[in-house]
Amino acid sequence: MSEETHTLPIIIVGHVDHGKSTLIGRLLYDTGCLPPDKFSEIQSSSETLGRNLEFAFVMDCFEEERSRGITIDTTQTFFKTPKRRYVIIDAPGHKEFLKNMITGSSQAEAALLIIDAFEGIRDQTRRHAYILGMLGFKQVCVLLNKIDLVGHSQDKFIQLKAEVIDFLNQLNIHPTFILPISAIHGDNVAKPSEKLPWFDGPTVLQALDTFEELKVEEKPLRLPIQDIYTINGKKIFVGRIEAGHLRKGENVYLLPEKKKVEVKNIKKFLENDVPMAHFEESVGVCLKGRHRMKRGQILTADLSSTISDKIKANIFWMDPKGYRAGESLLFRCVTQEVPCRIEKINRKFDPASMELTEEEASSIKGAEVADILIQLDKKVVVDPFNEIPEMGRFVLEKDGRPVAGGIIL
Amino acid sequence: MDHLTRLENKSIYIIREAYYQFKDIAMLWSVGKDSTTLLWLCRKAFFGHIPFPIIHIDTSYKFPEMYQFRDERAKEWNLNLLIGRNEEKLKEGMGPGQGSKLDCCNELKTNALKMVIKKYNLKAILLGIRRDEHGIRAKERYFSPRDSQFKWDYENQPAELWDQYQSMVEEEEHFRIHPILHFTEFDIWNYVKREGLPIVPLYFCKNGKRFRSIGCLPCCSPIDSNAQTIDEIVEEIRISKTSERSGRAQDKENIYTMQKLRALGYM
Repeated sequence: MSEETHTLPIIIVGHVDHGKSTLIGRLLYDTGCLPPDKFSEIQSSSETLGRNLEFAFVMDCFEEERSRGITIDTTQTFFKTPKRRYVIIDAPGHKEFLKNMITGSSQAEAALLIIDAFEGIRDQTRRHAYILGMLGFKQVCVLLNKIDLVGHSQDKFIQLKAEVIDFLNQLNIHPTFILPISAIHGDNVAKPSEKLPWFDGPTVLQALDTFEELKVEEKPLRLPIQDIYTINGKKIFVGRIEAGHLRKGENVYLLPEKKKVEVKNIKKFLENDVPMAHFEESVGVCLKGRHRMKRGQILTADLSSTISDKIKANIFWMDPKGYRAGESLLFRCVTQEVPCRIEKINRKFDPASMELTEEEASSIKGAEVADILIQLDKKVVVDPFNEIPEMGRFVLEKDGRPVAGGIIL
Repeated sequence: MDHLTRLENKSIYIIREAYYQFKDIAMLWSVGKDSTTLLWLCRKAFFGHIPFPIIHIDTSYKFPEMYQFRDERAKEWNLNLLIGRNEEKLKEGMGPGQGSKLDCCNELKTNALKMVIKKYNLKAILLGIRRDEHGIRAKERYFSPRDSQFKWDYENQPAELWDQYQSMVEEEEHFRIHPILHFTEFDIWNYVKREGLPIVPLYFCKNGKRFRSIGCLPCCSPIDSNAQTIDEIVEEIRISKTSERSGRAQDKENIYTMQKLRALGYM
């Protein structure tokens, strides 16, 4: 494994107390990724609080998190298997910390959904699973934790597994594996367990190693303008390629104006002649001729994007305060920032109790999801989320704070 | 795209985003390997012409090698270097030998920074902290708001998704921006090697000891090491079982000292 290996970011989600932080502590401990000084710090912190060794303290570092035994904010830690390196993102299980769970999920390429085998599917299991489905997670592994609390029973496992598959399929999630584990005792986490002789599937570690890095697909260029600099008297615009690639000398479009422009040069510090730039690259670009350029314009290879001041979208409301009809918001998608309001709430519901759907609603509460029509103050350039995710997802801000996330249909 | 290139491009995007959102911005340079990496990324982001000041918070207790390195790079890279010192407390004799580490760090680092932010009316500062350094830093956002008292409201951080960073602040607030949050210690050394970055010589072994993390001279202990080159450091980190900041005294005083320092505005 070299330093060039991709680090796979994985989110761990699930209901409060179903064992997310404990699982991470166990994974780090069993793979030898927990430094001895960190381990003794956790030991002494657990003792001070009069508890047995709390593996959750590896991730729960705030004093309040440890004394209250909860995870407040999302956190990230690094660990490795012989196959590759991982970033493990822990997400809080409480409803009031949903925005932190979403912050974590937005940075992951695969997910572990943990469910207490004794308690089964609960409110945050439903909410978190719904968010994973909406964000388009294709790689999801379900862990039925605390299998020791149901006597390591195969019957109980089979029954719960059927319920979970049924529930997830409704959200268009098709889990790669459903595994019985006990995070606290280390059963089937890093090694198979003698207490689960009936189970012949993989351990958590083996399941993680089957996840694949998201492949970069060949797509048409999308390069949003981030800023414009004057370097040694020359105008250079900078931005990151959100899809496709860019070649020197190529003819492209400047949107929303649909103006044809020619790429004169691609600029990078200390690199003289850059013939081509790729997906995810932050570059400088000089165009041939004079053009009126500003942040928020998009350089594209074709005219297939939607250019409109009305957008249909699915959103999840993260802010506990909720939304009332008529409130003004700011729409942010790549480098586009445009004031907007929600013109129509076609349908909304709380993913924790999916049957309670409200049509033609006038407000959205915290942790609810909705299918809406947005009216913007001016035209924006977007693509459907399932075609070019980077151009099909957005954040809504209210009074300067992010309150909702959404995807474009 | 390889791993290091991906990390680099993300950082450059964040640096440019920070500069777009805030013109009253500066970068904090401790002269260590992380903030020197950040400084290099800033040079890349602005094609060698960094459009904001670089601040060194000088406790006066830094290693002589650090002062020398700072002044050499500032000249070579044509930096607008500003030095921040809490002169009043230094005159009163504040230092690591007096009182608690928490007080000393708070006065000579945090309060010195407060003074600089006030003096130059800064709305944002770029900092080279990383998630894998400490459990508390792992909970940070890329754009992290601080109130007028410098307090970090860690129970109520803004959501941060899809590279949309909160950028509105109240009159008395400022933002801490962390463009290399996603680098690990291992990544930093591999990046230093790949880019051929100059680095303070304290990181290389001398008489069987080297510094893995540097700060103030009295509060840093070297580790046993024979690493004389970047390659040897990379290999040492790869197989190391101890944590990076094990030689940093201020983390050890009490298990929540780091959280308390950071809540007070420590970097």
